[in-house]
Amino acid sequence: MSQTLAIKTEHLGRIYQIKRKRGESGPATLVALEDVNLEVRQGELFGLLGPNGAGKTTLIKILTTLLTPTSGRAFVDGIDVVENPQEVRRRINMVSGGESCGYGLLTVEENLWMFTQFYGLDFKTARERIQSMLEVVGLADRAKTKAYHLSTGMKQKMNFARGFLNDPQILFLDEPTLGLDVQTSRILRDFVKRWVRERPGKTILLTTHYMAEADELCDRVAIIDQGRILACDTPANLKRRLQGASIFKLQTTPLDTLEHFKQLPGVSQFAGHRRNGHTELNFILEDENALVKVLDAVQAKGGHLLSLEKREPTLEDVFIHLVGRGLSDEENPT
Amino acid sequence: MKNFRRELMVFLRTVIGRAYPRLIGLQRERSWLFFEIFLPLLGTAAFVYIYRALGAKPEFTGFVVLGGAMTAYWMNVLWSMATQFYWEKETGNLALYLIAPTSRMAILLGMAFGGMVATTVRALAVLILGSLVFRVTFTVSNWGALLLVFFFTLVALYGLGMIFASAFLLYGREAWHMANLLQEPVFLLSGFYFPIKSLGFWISAGASLIPITLGLDAMRQLLYPQAGWGFLDVGIETTILAVLSVVFLIAAHRMLLWLENVARREGRLTVRGQ
Repeated sequence: MSQTLAIKTEHLGRIYQIKRKRGESGPATLVALEDVNLEVRQGELFGLLGPNGAGKTTLIKILTTLLTPTSGRAFVDGIDVVENPQEVRRRINMVSGGESCGYGLLTVEENLWMFTQFYGLDFKTARERIQSMLEVVGLADRAKTKAYHLSTGMKQKMNFARGFLNDPQILFLDEPTLGLDVQTSRILRDFVKRWVRERPGKTILLTTHYMAEADELCDRVAIIDQGRILACDTPANLKRRLQGASIFKLQTTPLDTLEHFKQLPGVSQFAGHRRNGHTELNFILEDENALVKVLDAVQAKGGHLLSLEKREPTLEDVFIHLVGRGLSDEENPT
Repeated sequence: MKNFRRELMVFLRTVIGRAYPRLIGLQRERSWLFFEIFLPLLGTAAFVYIYRALGAKPEFTGFVVLGGAMTAYWMNVLWSMATQFYWEKETGNLALYLIAPTSRMAILLGMAFGGMVATTVRALAVLILGSLVFRVTFTVSNWGALLLVFFFTLVALYGLGMIFASAFLLYGREAWHMANLLQEPVFLLSGFYFPIKSLGFWISAGASLIPITLGLDAMRQLLYPQAGWGFLDVGIETTILAVLSVVFLIAAHRMLLWLENVARREGRLTVRGQ
């Protein structure tokens, strides 16, 4: 007998109606998701990797019953999210990174207790779970602190703890470590890994634009861009697609234009951006000989090489290979 | 049966859970005592002095004090329940409420119960202090009828508040403006500071859709049977209030479901700053 999938989407699409600017004609719409087909198995820690605006949060909103799709269907634990949202809600929870929850006048544990009541948890169970989650996120000593006295990071930790309190069957983590310090992020990532491993059948869908996070945590990763799933496989298999390719990262003095690097012979894919007073160039080359042409081009543009590194493929390289730009290129486009 | 019991437990726990921040807030932020007791009394006093200057009968002072007390419930419905979804949306709590397997009415009811404590203190303060300061005497002719009218008035009023609250699932600032617009006209149409009969039959009949209109009128008749300013018979008014209670609660349930679905379709359920 086949096992019910934790998450399944069939040709899922979402189009937003947007306000048309004065003088514009034609349809005023924004395609957030297009023909998304995903299958997430129970017990998987599944990652959705893509840049800002790729459609990750839209997909999560549909799966958590906050938004309906404009086409296709979505199922959570075998239940249609449009037909029977209430049944879906019994099985899920969601944590959005960068968000806090509750009320400033309540203490940390009071806020968490309030949320347990929306899931009908009895007092004893609620207290035990709150206690244990506060220890996980390192807020045990702040249990009696009013939320308005907490720092932003602490509020985020409280919100992270909230997501686990109803012991959901399927948990949606939308950029859960956004804005958190390195040490806290590591603690939360370790807990997420442990939570799935120690509880057979529990599933996590994690969206992130941190490649390392997806690489470290996820059993499988789907790469999403402009509302479409471009690839879906284990991180190792995704990286294997680039086996044989030569991947170089160069740092140079600031360069004015980067567009011409794409046209160089032997350059399979290129992404670059300016950062902290230098320019970072990432190349996927057909073979190593093409590097000479790249270095000549840098010199021709008046740049000086600061560092050169040949490295193993990462998920970012897979993304560049699939999309033709880096995950963080929106802020500093090539 | 098991499902019903589970649903009921979640409903009740949600009510308690959401009432808790309001109740605990009363203890931790005590400035409300000043704003909720002293300031409303000033508004009531102004109308008392107007009636006295005009040489109105002493019952009118009682009408005003009672109206001043009931104002508290209207304000609570409008600002602490109906518009609360606006703030919940802005702070991100609304999305967390909506993904929980609980009733939206339970959340609103929790807000209402939590807020009702402060509101009742305010209403009692206006009633007691107003009576002492302005030497108002109430003679309750029928305690049972009075409590029944008060109960139905509140149920219908909070049902109406839930209908308003549903608008915030879809709208943001637009619904906020609507709430702002509602405050003063309801003061007038419900006859907070004068007997509603003076507005004439048709306007009074229209205003009776606001539960507090008939509630106040019936309570005034029960407290001052000899005054002769009643709009309809108390029995009729109580029946209408009972009907309004049922109608508004059912309408609120449907409106919450309907507007939530529309907002989910249009993608406006969690949009902030709209």
